[in-house]
Amino acid sequence: MSTDRLLTVVTAGLSQPSSTRLLADRLATATTDELQLAGLPVRVEVVELRDHAHAIVDAMLTGFASGDLAEAVQHVEQADGLVAVTPVFTASYSGLFKSFADILDPAALTGVPVLLGATGGTERHTLALEYALRPLLAYLHADVVPTSVFAATADWAGGPADGARGDGSTGALAQRIARAGRELATAMGRREPRGEQPDPFADAPSFSDLLGR
Amino acid sequence: MQFGIFSVSDVTPDPTTGRTPDDTERVRSMLTIAQHADAAGLDVFATGEHHNPPFVASSPTTMLGYLAGVTKNITLSTATTLITTNDPVRLAEEYAMLQVISEGRMDLMMGRGNTGPVYPWFGQDIRNGIPLAVENYALLRRLWTEDVVDWEGTFRTPLQGFTATPRPLDGIPPFVWHGSIRSPEIAEQAAYYGDGFLHNNIFWPMHHTRQMVRFYRQRYEHHGHGRADQAIVGLGGQVFLHRNSQEAVRQFRPYFDVAPVYGHGPSLEDFSAQTPLTVGSPQQVIDRYASFVDDVGYYQRQMFLIDHAGLPLKTVLEQIDLLAGEVVPELRKIVEAKRPAADVPLNPPTHAERVTAARAAGRTAATHVGDGVDDVTGTLAEGARA
Repeated sequence: MSTDRLLTVVTAGLSQPSSTRLLADRLATATTDELQLAGLPVRVEVVELRDHAHAIVDAMLTGFASGDLAEAVQHVEQADGLVAVTPVFTASYSGLFKSFADILDPAALTGVPVLLGATGGTERHTLALEYALRPLLAYLHADVVPTSVFAATADWAGGPADGARGDGSTGALAQRIARAGRELATAMGRREPRGEQPDPFADAPSFSDLLGR
Repeated sequence: MQFGIFSVSDVTPDPTTGRTPDDTERVRSMLTIAQHADAAGLDVFATGEHHNPPFVASSPTTMLGYLAGVTKNITLSTATTLITTNDPVRLAEEYAMLQVISEGRMDLMMGRGNTGPVYPWFGQDIRNGIPLAVENYALLRRLWTEDVVDWEGTFRTPLQGFTATPRPLDGIPPFVWHGSIRSPEIAEQAAYYGDGFLHNNIFWPMHHTRQMVRFYRQRYEHHGHGRADQAIVGLGGQVFLHRNSQEAVRQFRPYFDVAPVYGHGPSLEDFSAQTPLTVGSPQQVIDRYASFVDDVGYYQRQMFLIDHAGLPLKTVLEQIDLLAGEVVPELRKIVEAKRPAADVPLNPPTHAERVTAARAAGRTAATHVGDGVDDVTGTLAEGARA
């Protein structure tokens, strides 16, 4: 069994190319760079929710995830660390992002280090990370790192104060990404890799226990 | 292997005509369907138990008792009997009565029911679903196997010196299945008692079914009832048949697209790939269903859902004819040839087989409890029980 840690990246951007995906990739790279510096091997799985949009609705109606979506869910349920990035739509995470969260096993992310990111047109949406995404992940008992990263259109353009090149690779956004990646890598490094899914029947009680004898 | 049909008893508008049967028509359709299945040679008819519209099957033993009188060979069963919200004392009485009336041509399947609001209508709480299923079934078994029961538990009033009547036919209780889709506790319960386990996989992918059945088989062996491959397993299924497979799809699609549970969701093609739903020719159904033995091991009962989603009675009766005439004989031949050993049960146990086995093992029980009972008050005289 591989002892590589699994970093799963969930990105809910809808356009292609997507600035949400761009932010997700930057966060993932910042994290894997830090893990590699620490000598911890890591592999990355990216889940583009747009690819599973129909299947997510089907799963809500039928009660099970099938095909490629089942594999995507498994990437999340086996993750040693998660980067979750959504566009801000109508003051919150996108409906697709929430629907994906709704089909996960409620225990899937318990104790799992998570780095949150969001994108939006203006920085006035920044706090959506804190009032919407963070409580959602808190409900799922995830271990959310302190720094979450919001990227508004202006961040990608860079500001004069950042001395930016315009692709977000320098300046304040880049600094936030690097800090968040360090935090996620540190949290992932503290935990042993989860490895394969445990036997789903391993904790089924014996019938004598159920009978109370 | 036994092949049968089970009904959830839904009253659903026919999407092709907009017509909705009333409750009386739907109940009578179920009676016709069961009698037609018997005449066509299917092995099992099972009715669900529901207490909320749009379902009409609230009183299974009334329906099955009538069917016992008007059918000849078909085994009458349930899918499922609610072990959570029914009083186990009433279940012991009603199903022993059905067993006597049908001369043992019945069995039943326990289930919990999955609709929260139904529980409080019967004084219960869905959060106690598993503990209710455990306690109620343990009591039900005692009421069938012990002539006089003293009992105290959590969910109903205590019993002192209680005898459920009629006593089971020939002193042998009905065979019991346990149905569950997701809960390993229920597979464990079935295994603990050596009862049957039916995984109603009609809305589930086979990899999930395989895991649940494997768990039940392992636990059946663990609890000492026989080898894992000797455990009594049933599966659900869902088909729509036409001799021409394109025509089957064309006719079923309008029902599929708006059906309860999965309608407005996955396409017919996707859902067919993901679940046992098979819409096509008899040969396609045979090929698909013959493969399930390879997934879960040889099993004893295959049930089909064929009368839901507003399908008209005439269509359902045609489906029964196609199923019984052009699918089951060939399918049975193929799957029974895959039985791994002669000591793996070919079918679920019949009443006669259970009586023979019990007598051979020296386990016989009273078919009447009454000696020493005061015939005015019905109570036992002091010390008469010994």
